[in-house]
Amino acid sequence: MNEPPIRMTYREACRQAIRDALRRDPRCFIMGEDVGLYGGCYAVTKGLLEEFGADRVRDTPLAESVIAGAGVGAAMAGLRPIVELMTCNFSLLALDQIMNSAATIPHMSGGQFAVPLVIRMATGGGRQLAAQHSHSLEGWYAHIPGLKVLAPSTVEDARFMLASALDDPNPVLIFEHIVLYNAEGDLDPAVTAVDIHSAKVRRTGRDVTILTYGNSLPKALAAAGELADDGIEAEVVDLRVLRPLDKETIFASVARTRRCVIVDEGWKSGSLSAEIAARLAEDLFFELDAPIRRVCSREVPVPYAAHLEEAALPQIADIVAAARGLAKPQ
Amino acid sequence: MTDKLHLDRAHGQHLLREMLRIRRFEAKCAELYQAQKIRGFLHLYDGQEAVAVGVMQALNKDDAVVSTYREHGHALARGIGIGPIMAEMFGKVEGCSRGRGGSMHLFDRESRFLGGNAIVGGGLPLAVGTALADRQLRPGAVTACFFGEGAAGEGEFHESLNLAALWKLPVLFVCENNLYAMGVPLALAEAQTDVFRKAAGYGIEAEQVDGMNPVAVEVAARRAVDAIRAGEGPRFLECRTYRFRAHSMFDAQQYRTKEEIEVWKARDPIPRLREWLTQGHLMSDAELAAIESEIAAEIEAAVTFAEAGTLEPVADLERFATMDAVPQ
Repeated sequence: MNEPPIRMTYREACRQAIRDALRRDPRCFIMGEDVGLYGGCYAVTKGLLEEFGADRVRDTPLAESVIAGAGVGAAMAGLRPIVELMTCNFSLLALDQIMNSAATIPHMSGGQFAVPLVIRMATGGGRQLAAQHSHSLEGWYAHIPGLKVLAPSTVEDARFMLASALDDPNPVLIFEHIVLYNAEGDLDPAVTAVDIHSAKVRRTGRDVTILTYGNSLPKALAAAGELADDGIEAEVVDLRVLRPLDKETIFASVARTRRCVIVDEGWKSGSLSAEIAARLAEDLFFELDAPIRRVCSREVPVPYAAHLEEAALPQIADIVAAARGLAKPQ
Repeated sequence: MTDKLHLDRAHGQHLLREMLRIRRFEAKCAELYQAQKIRGFLHLYDGQEAVAVGVMQALNKDDAVVSTYREHGHALARGIGIGPIMAEMFGKVEGCSRGRGGSMHLFDRESRFLGGNAIVGGGLPLAVGTALADRQLRPGAVTACFFGEGAAGEGEFHESLNLAALWKLPVLFVCENNLYAMGVPLALAEAQTDVFRKAAGYGIEAEQVDGMNPVAVEVAARRAVDAIRAGEGPRFLECRTYRFRAHSMFDAQQYRTKEEIEVWKARDPIPRLREWLTQGHLMSDAELAAIESEIAAEIEAAVTFAEAGTLEPVADLERFATMDAVPQ
């Protein structure tokens, strides 16, 4: 008997995931700025304080470093904390604990201590929040050995990645895109878990591979639709896991289409897209029929004005143009 | 109550032995550094032994310790094996962090010693976290968190004190105020040079202690730990102390005078306790000689252990960069 799909928003999926985690494991709790009374800056944790109480849903002072660091210490001492940092821009105030403690201690202690900690944060632009609330810094975190970095772009991943992250013995960072919170999607009732190691092909195609993640995924899928009207079949790969990268899936797709566009909302210089392009150039050079192209954010702090913000971020037309330039060279 | 400590023969000698053990160990480390057996940064604890030894008397096996990069004394007094500590500095796999951490990053799961943290102030948030976990998983356990007065300049100090006080967490904050943050004198860095007053500003009961007196430190630590175990929230000790040696092995010490060092050396906790015990007939010369020779033998054995240690295979370089499981 096939049950009908369940329709929900990405936000609701994130909330269900947290609710599930708190229900299934008494060692699990969530803490962060405004996660309790306010219900979360992006309303993800709304209702959880009432349901689980102030010991499991902990409002904290505005003190990112101790929020993250207390998460590290609590994880080392046996709990399974979920830390919410309001946005990835604010996470820079916690960078010491994320990098120098969470990512480092397992190796530096010779494997005596694990840090089974999950840190969630909002990322990305597109809601006119200007330059201190709109950046995409997941690529920076993907630079750091010891961390796992996830970017759910579908409702299914928003719903199920958290449980897998909490089961992982390592510190896992989850980047939730602010534009996706209101996006709706269908959950297949037969799916009750997702992995946190693989990239996924979201649309198959033979002519060009578009590698992307986060809020660039719906843009890439829309671009693939436009390209199909021109007779170009684009394959869209959702990276999902930014560290460690699923080289196998990425390489398999690019080896098949022999052309690749990488769409990354981070800045181009020193970005995740640069990393992927370098790996393709190193290991898949002879399979390529065209140069690798990248569609990234313009190298400016993301501005407020709508038209400027739109121009600063990767858009569907940019992806279409990049793919067209590869698949139908002049 | 533990307000008054009964310093009998056994306990007095125990305190002296613990301090001497650290002092002699550090001297050996300095020697081995010159011999290039130990490399990297090396921060020695001479002068501050009364703090580590005094505080550790108040802790149980279940308690946790978070320390700094000047942590040989804390590690020894906590009971980590002297051999594995020395082997760590030799970069051997038999080291207490498998040779990955070195002098600044001693770890020991068995004794709940959570580093060896070399970011000034970086250990305080960890201590808040272990205390939060312990309240749920190990009721009654206390986290002792050591740091220097330089940490008071960091935001993490303030964030951690506030949260520990707000959530009434079982943390004993131990500020080892040795008057210099590397080479910056306290008065050049802090508007309020009585560090314990900063803690009081967060509503934490805090006191200044003579950090050159192990008995004073122990009494204060026991009082504080009793209160913490009773659920009264965090306590803060500012131990006024002094490091006799340079900050690290690369320090010309231009920021302080020889006279100042001599003044503090006159307060050296080790000869003070030794004389007090001898004059009070709580320790004979023969007993002192036995303590010294036992320590010398122990250190010699540790060096032999470290020398005989093996190097971790390079093939294991990436092991534990990500963990396969949470160690139980």
